Amino acid sequence: MSGLSRDEVAHVAHLARLHLSEDELTTFTEQLGQVLAHAADLQSLDLTGVPPTAHPFDLRNVVRPDVVGESLDPAEVLAEAPDAEDGRFAVPRILGEDL
Amino acid sequence: MNAIDLAARVRRGEVTASTALAESLSAIDARNDELNVFLHVDRDGAEARARAVDDAVAAGRDPGPLAGVPVALKDNLCTRGVPTTASSRILEGWRPPYTATVVERLVAAGAVPVGKTNLDEFAMGSSTETSAFGPTRNPLDPERVPGGSSGGSAASVAAGMASLALGSDTGGSIRQPAALCGIVGVKPTYGLVSRYGLIAFASSLDQIGPFARSVADAALCLEVIAGHDPRDTTSLPEPAPSLVSHLDDGVAGRRVGLVSELVEGADADVVAQVERAAAALEAAGARVVRLSIPELRLGLSAYYLIAPAEASSNLARYDGVRYGRRVAADELGAMNEATRTLGFGDEVKRRIMLGTYALSAGYYDAYYGQALKVRTRMIEAFRQAYEQVDLLLGATAPSVAFRFGEKTANPLAMYLSDVFTIPTNLAGEAAVSVPFGTGAAGLPIGVQLLGPGRSEARLLAAARVLEVAS
Amino acid sequence: MTAGWEMVVGLEVHTELRTATKLFCSCANEFGAAPNTHVCPVCLGLPGSLPVLNERAVEMAMSIGFALHCTVAPSTFHRKNYFYPDMPKNFQISQYDLPINSSGYLDLPDGSRVGIERAHLEEDTGKSTHLGTSGRLHGAQRSLVDYNRAGVPLVEIVSAPDIRSAAQARLYVAELRRVLIATGASDGRMEEGSLRVDANVSVRRPGEPFGTRCEIKNLNSLRSLQRAIDYEADRQIELIEDGGAVRQETRHWDETTGVTSTMRVKEEAEDYRYFREPDLVDLAPDEAWRDRVAAALPPMPGVRRTALLQHLEDPTDAQRESVEVVLDLDLDRYVHGAAEAGLDAATALARTANEVAAAEEGAERLTVEAFVGTLRLEASGQLSATQAKTVLADLLAEGGAPEDVVARRGFTQLASDALGGVVDEVIAANGDEWARYRDGDDKLAQFFIGQVMARTRGQANGKAVVEILRSRRG
Repeated sequence: MSGLSRDEVAHVAHLARLHLSEDELTTFTEQLGQVLAHAADLQSLDLTGVPPTAHPFDLRNVVRPDVVGESLDPAEVLAEAPDAEDGRFAVPRILGEDL
Repeated sequence: MNAIDLAARVRRGEVTASTALAESLSAIDARNDELNVFLHVDRDGAEARARAVDDAVAAGRDPGPLAGVPVALKDNLCTRGVPTTASSRILEGWRPPYTATVVERLVAAGAVPVGKTNLDEFAMGSSTETSAFGPTRNPLDPERVPGGSSGGSAASVAAGMASLALGSDTGGSIRQPAALCGIVGVKPTYGLVSRYGLIAFASSLDQIGPFARSVADAALCLEVIAGHDPRDTTSLPEPAPSLVSHLDDGVAGRRVGLVSELVEGADADVVAQVERAAAALEAAGARVVRLSIPELRLGLSAYYLIAPAEASSNLARYDGVRYGRRVAADELGAMNEATRTLGFGDEVKRRIMLGTYALSAGYYDAYYGQALKVRTRMIEAFRQAYEQVDLLLGATAPSVAFRFGEKTANPLAMYLSDVFTIPTNLAGEAAVSVPFGTGAAGLPIGVQLLGPGRSEARLLAAARVLEVAS
Repeated sequence: MTAGWEMVVGLEVHTELRTATKLFCSCANEFGAAPNTHVCPVCLGLPGSLPVLNERAVEMAMSIGFALHCTVAPSTFHRKNYFYPDMPKNFQISQYDLPINSSGYLDLPDGSRVGIERAHLEEDTGKSTHLGTSGRLHGAQRSLVDYNRAGVPLVEIVSAPDIRSAAQARLYVAELRRVLIATGASDGRMEEGSLRVDANVSVRRPGEPFGTRCEIKNLNSLRSLQRAIDYEADRQIELIEDGGAVRQETRHWDETTGVTSTMRVKEEAEDYRYFREPDLVDLAPDEAWRDRVAAALPPMPGVRRTALLQHLEDPTDAQRESVEVVLDLDLDRYVHGAAEAGLDAATALARTANEVAAAEEGAERLTVEAFVGTLRLEASGQLSATQAKTVLADLLAEGGAPEDVVARRGFTQLASDALGGVVDEVIAANGDEWARYRDGDDKLAQFFIGQVMARTRGQANGKAVVEILRSRRG
């Protein structure tokens, strides 16, 4: 695997909600390409049949009882909000899909 | 003064917590402007805690094993009402409404948190140079980095501003700065210490651990913060292990593997100290064998796919809606984008994009999926090694503390600073960096002891042997 | 449905679980609280917070799986990544390639069977209110977000594309709703959004492969569901017959205008970058845990329906409707009790679906024994139908035994001594009719019963009246 394209970096930046200037796009494309080129040693390995490890150890069925605990004070929570109104978090208009 | 002696004297009423705090604060006042160690000093909170400890002693109550010990907290640990930034503009001014489990445990043990220390932004870096609030300087040579990402915490202990500090280690972020600042740093087994309240970088790799000026202090601090926490699903089910009582167990009869991949490419002065450490362990009764674990060479590549992938998701929540900074725009998507674009630094953006790419449709199997399989191989390789030996030995970092700007131009060069520490995180195992001799420019060198999961007592006893021999 | 066409429908039903707390934190799971009062670091997605799975939610999800004949298997949690302000972490914790329940089915009252592909656990989002011109998102200048609902446990039930009509879709959701309520996992309230339905609709000529499907959102009632599916299928048929092609997209149903419209096209769909949730561990309930949950499950509506219908020979549509009423109100025991006592099941079903069902919470006071006793008195002629209904009403209101109500109301007196007097009065007042009856015109018995009923305000037993008339005729 090699060659990360400028368009791919632009697409990934959009998915991550990041804006890149033309210069940044150039720099990041080059830098990310280097890291991925280094990762090429993984692609050459034959790992068929090797199970993936998403977790370093094997715990399972960790659950908590369904008992109500304390919630936060809404005033304290909303005091940290960049914008709030009427006990709720306020955001500017949402373009795109309708729900 | 070291933490164990200080706590003992505070508990006996020979010195007050308030006096110890005053000394800590005066050390901070003397050098913080120069070194940029603390982003926030919580004087009022610390003074109140110190008074509470002194009141307890006066009333005949035991304030706990860390009575009156000033501790520094990496600023990615949440502290209720106290600014917590992860060294990022995007969280500037945020005051969490809750406190991390480890901080609660320190306070319950009588410790006095003095403030929040600088780090690489969201713990992504190896020098603290990616902090949005300027780099921390190494107290031993202010022209050089303290390492990272927990550079501020390492520097606070090295500069005598705190007796203990907490850091977080995702790929070496405790051990590498400990090595570069000449102190002890422990990366505990994954799950030994609760992550509740630790601002996540890469959830399956992150682990909180202590910095200390002695192995015994590190052991005591780890005993206090370790143990099951019901608020962290990945927390190991058992209570904290007994560590201090095993410090003098020594290494007689232990088999130690000196791993060629853990010194490969390191500077000559570093290699020399690792060899000397091997000899010291042998002299103390250990049997040292030379091993090769080729899988460790794959660690860096796997790490720089797995950690950014998890980070890209963990950092999605910083969008200007609920907390932290918002850059205004007349439409939600534009607001999210402007906030993140101005709120994150370049290293964070690089990793978010790398991780987003590694997880995206069409590339998942080739990158992220493959990296998870490498992780399986790494765990298996360690397991096989631990069938032959009890501990592994290697370097912590490839070099002594480097100068500012030396590695910032090339991200890959910076990433290589973590090449010896990353495998432990991928395997979820334990490792300690202990200062052992000096190298270029008279700067400290750290050697690394690695063990399987839950081997902290064994590791710290071996580290103690090296501490004495050093 | 236009001739020569067939619709293919698959439904995704989201049901909120009736747990005390949210899926991953201990905030209360409660509808209708003041905004942002049930929030904590975890469900607000604050930096450093971690999810811990709710045991009860797991059990409810398993209950749903067992009720739908699913395989309940080891499962994992994934993160589904996309930006939306309702979602505090900008990812949703859900189940992806290994859901807790898979491969089940649901039998509908019309005899058809709909496959269940999966029923998995996931967290709900918060709720936005859009300020501006219409209250709808379109045209709003600003939105306000309440995170009380964020993190509420959901089970998403995905059907196979086995549904072939809007009416069947409606039947499926209605039956699924009954099943969910029966498991205790859901309150089934569509109007409060605790049960939400999305429909995947496509059309084809019979025998041809599946056509391109559209997903319809915002179906808040059974009526909307049925109307929207019919509208959408017609729209697609018309489009194809006019030479066009269906585009894969998500469409919004507008209840007021009765049309669906494009929300987003598939090409714009997000790349969700699913990956294992590293803050959670595998969920692999062992056999003992699964057995415990399965054993605690009450009989499902389908089983109960069959049991009730067994009492009836060739049930009428009206009786089938009565059975549904009995099922919905959980009144099966009265019908079964009467049938087991050898009484007429049709009468028992009618009394249960009418009198008992009409009395709010009355079933708490009416014992099966009292119900059966009342019906037995009616069957033996000691009570008229009207009297029996009165007795039931009293029992539903106050409880007790039917004999006591009969005594208090004086129904016994009327049935014997007093009734004779009333019949004699009626005979005296209607000499001509009596003469004809006495001469053998039996049809006039109905006339006398009517007169007696009028005088007793319906509290006489028809059979008893006829017996007295016969005895007077000599």
